[in-house]
Amino acid sequence: MADSEFRHQHIAFAVMTVLFVLAPAVIYPLFLMKALCFALFACAFNLLIGFGGLLSFGHAMFFGTGGYLAAHAAKVWGLTPELAILAGTVAAAGIGVVAGLLAIRRQGIYFAMITLALAQMLFFFYLQTPFTGGEDGIQAVPRGKLFGVLDLANAYAMYYVVLVVFLAGFLLIYRIIHSPFGQVLKAIRENEPRALSLGYRTVQYKFLAFVLSATLAGLAGGTKAIVFQLASLTDVHWSMSGEVVLMTLLGGLGTVFGPVLGAFVIIGLENYLSELGQWVTIVQGIIFVLCVLAFRRGIIGELGHWLKKPL
Amino acid sequence: MDTIFGVPTQALFGQLLIGLINGSFYALLSLGLAVIFGLLNIINFTHGAQYMMGAFCAWFLLNKLGVGYWWSLILAPLAVGAFGMLIERTMLKQLYKLDHLYGLLLTFGLALIIQGMFRHEFGSTGQPYAVPKELAGGQNLGFMYLPNYRAWVIVASLITCLATWFVIERTKLGAYLRAATENPALVQAFGINVPRMITLTYGFGVALAGFAGVMAAPIYQVNPLMGADLIIVVFAVVVIGGMGSILGAIVTGFGLGVIEGLTKVFYPEASNTVIFIVMAIVLMIKPAGLFGAQK
Repeated sequence: MADSEFRHQHIAFAVMTVLFVLAPAVIYPLFLMKALCFALFACAFNLLIGFGGLLSFGHAMFFGTGGYLAAHAAKVWGLTPELAILAGTVAAAGIGVVAGLLAIRRQGIYFAMITLALAQMLFFFYLQTPFTGGEDGIQAVPRGKLFGVLDLANAYAMYYVVLVVFLAGFLLIYRIIHSPFGQVLKAIRENEPRALSLGYRTVQYKFLAFVLSATLAGLAGGTKAIVFQLASLTDVHWSMSGEVVLMTLLGGLGTVFGPVLGAFVIIGLENYLSELGQWVTIVQGIIFVLCVLAFRRGIIGELGHWLKKPL
Repeated sequence: MDTIFGVPTQALFGQLLIGLINGSFYALLSLGLAVIFGLLNIINFTHGAQYMMGAFCAWFLLNKLGVGYWWSLILAPLAVGAFGMLIERTMLKQLYKLDHLYGLLLTFGLALIIQGMFRHEFGSTGQPYAVPKELAGGQNLGFMYLPNYRAWVIVASLITCLATWFVIERTKLGAYLRAATENPALVQAFGINVPRMITLTYGFGVALAGFAGVMAAPIYQVNPLMGADLIIVVFAVVVIGGMGSILGAIVTGFGLGVIEGLTKVFYPEASNTVIFIVMAIVLMIKPAGLFGAQK
């Protein structure tokens, strides 16, 4: 398999990296950090739907769990930020194993409904359990010092840490989808009975994809909690699960770069429309409807189709 | 005071009644979802928003036009059903050849738009809706006090559910419907207008949600988000029952309402989550749901 087949993706990756390295010079770092966390979240979600064909409508449970555990670890246990984020990631992976075992045997719409219901259950659990602080969430989480050395109170230091986390997650996902495992996953998405007949244990492949996706969503959530020094119920609510679906759909399901662009567009939109109250929800709904009816490839998907190269 | 397992009987029967009321709504809504799913193969995420629209229709009819509860019970479902058919004709129709997940995404987007617009218009505080005067007051049954309106909700919901079951399982119209579920092309070849049947079925399922909304108006406050969280519980109910049978939707709806009510008495902390826990257990034992057939 020629490397040249993916050369345009390597070029796109290089362009994206350079843009992100230079971006804080012109764009407010806090906005960039928020968008990057959501971009990683959307990429993790896309790994499941875009390459495994499984629509999870409960991904907020992993994002939110990562956030709560990271915040708790940093604030109550006094861990350094990298260990706090790791704690959040591991917790999300654990939730992913349990949810995966329950949901993975059903497909399509059932899978979506089951993941949504499990996420709602976890939402009520976090609402009632004392360590999350209920409606208040976990506030004033210290950003701390990375490895006990680098002070993250500085917005630029924090930004580049977030960028490294994002790029690491992105490259891992890129590696996964181009690995033999990723190829089998795509085969299952296209035709599961056929993959099964070729001797692949499709349930195990889907389960592993689900847990990987959950883990990376937890990484994104944990990082976001450290950046904003806050973990709250918003991040486990079903509307958050809907938002990540929207980001991925808008950018392009099953594209490599789509979720990143989708996340930036949606977060940017929310920033601009935040004064207009309910209009955010209405506009999100309209984008959903337009994407499904007229624009199913998403922005990057259309671009890739036009360039005749998958992006 | 009498007690059962250390719980006052008054509280026990009170919660049982609330459970039955909630169960009535679970049953009506999951029934509508099952009817729609049977023929269209989509999960109607807009169902919660359409339930809310039914309640707002009743509120609007009463407060702006002076039309009372009983007329609302007919007019609101018709209006909501007509709105549903419009959505089916203009949007859902285009998605039948695609992956069913797109139907879910579209209806989710529509739910966001509808709920956002109502919140923009009415805020998030609830609008009160009075119990119709024919059903005001209640009966003292000796062991508990039964408000007339609540008794009516349970009875009306049961009758509607059973009537729907009868039409689908026991009449000629229902036979066409079930045949079209199995093999639409063949039914079309017999000269039955399947696309129109699909539109009417979606309209009927949505009208059931509107009907539930009108009945809910005097019990819960009429609120733009009244259907948003409810629909997720109803999804869990649908997963537990399985999509296979109409009767399954009715039985699980009422059953889970009662289980939820009893949990409020014996272990209130879990009352929000008990339905989801039941769902997890059912998935472990019978992944296709209690009444569903594994496809």
